[in-house]
Amino acid sequence: MLTLTQQETEAILLSLRVAIVATAASLPFGILVAMVLARGQFFGRSLLNALVLSPLVLPPVVTGYVLLLLLGRHGPLGSWLAEYLGLVFAFRWTGAAVACAVMGFPLMVRAIQLSIEVVDRKLEQAAATLGAGALWVFLTVTLPLMAPGIIAGAILCFARAMGEFGATITFVSNIPGETQTLPTLIYTFTQVPGGDTAALRLTFISIAVSLGAILASEAFVASVARKVRAE
Amino acid sequence: MTIEVSAETRLGSFKLDAHFVSDGRLTAIFGRSGAGKTTLINIIAGLLHPERGRVAVDGSLLLDTEKDVDIPTSRRRIGYVFQESRLFPHLSVRHNLLYGQWFTPRARRYAAFEEVVELLDLGDLLGRGPPQLSGGEKQRVSIGRALLASPRLLLMDEPLSHLDDARKQEVMPYLERLRDQASVPSIYVSHSVAEVARLATSVVLIADGRVAASGPASSMIAKIKRQALTE
Repeated sequence: MLTLTQQETEAILLSLRVAIVATAASLPFGILVAMVLARGQFFGRSLLNALVLSPLVLPPVVTGYVLLLLLGRHGPLGSWLAEYLGLVFAFRWTGAAVACAVMGFPLMVRAIQLSIEVVDRKLEQAAATLGAGALWVFLTVTLPLMAPGIIAGAILCFARAMGEFGATITFVSNIPGETQTLPTLIYTFTQVPGGDTAALRLTFISIAVSLGAILASEAFVASVARKVRAE
Repeated sequence: MTIEVSAETRLGSFKLDAHFVSDGRLTAIFGRSGAGKTTLINIIAGLLHPERGRVAVDGSLLLDTEKDVDIPTSRRRIGYVFQESRLFPHLSVRHNLLYGQWFTPRARRYAAFEEVVELLDLGDLLGRGPPQLSGGEKQRVSIGRALLASPRLLLMDEPLSHLDDARKQEVMPYLERLRDQASVPSIYVSHSVAEVARLATSVVLIADGRVAASGPASSMIAKIKRQALTE
């Protein structure tokens, strides 16, 4: 019951890799979009907000299918990327990372956006009077004060990516060793006779990783929040 | 050292139309709440942009709407001690103090760290964080932080108004030392006759967004006492 087969280990490691890459690659965009949504006042702001949030409310299969249409080998974006940059996402593990990043993005942006809204802009003014230009104000005041939200957002995105199923299986399928992640492997085990033990084993691992991520996030945010608590 | 300020602007139903020139070591801007004192110094600091105006400090033009000159706050070199201190909560007292020095080229620094620490008695506070300071200590650190950016002019916006009487008495001697020993002139906003009488070398009396009178403290103190009595 307790030993993992090679296929299971592979799926767990792949899931971790996909989740880490998805989180790390989307974090800079997440911060940027959250800044724009929290601070920007422009035409189309609500539209951008709705677009960012849409993966939360759309069926994951739909998100996966849209990704397949856009980024598939014959898709408008996919064919361009393949031809000019040599980047192929369809049916590759990198595609799984894209699917997970898209699914985790709304959670990440939401958490960061909330933390930007509580940053006291008067502190940014104070930094400016001390000689800090806009970029330095952002790096030395805004960014450290929104750190709790960035960490929470990144961990939520990571946890979402670890559990992503619908968009992943639609976009990149369920290929052992390439796109077979923890959730898709559990699904596979539930479809074959005698797969129950393995499915249960992986279920426990999945629960442990997700709960661990949430607990780590809460603890980390609490400790950072103590440090930067406003006067 | 001459400070020349002229500003005309409208904020909702409030109209500011103030002009004054001062060469005092500590110029008090005196007036009741809502007279436009803070608006006026925010214009000097570049935190507010008037419809029409001109600000020149010691011959350097910082703002002139007619000539399209509007130097950004971060490059005006005007220190600002805010009413609510606005210390950076994520930095220690030491790093709050050093923040502005970092943006000041070595050749332009006139305020040495040790001197400022001694002037304001900050030695025992350096390792603490802003949440562990009393109101009076916060304002002393805030003054030190502004000084260490080596500004050409120091603005203080009712730095004592949030303190109780005992704390006011505790900070007052430091403001006198600042006036007599620091090599930078100050503009001190206040609605307290006692503070102005004790600190100011010249006074600008402001009422309903206009300069009602201005001149050396010796001739102005009687005037503002009379005005305070009629309120």
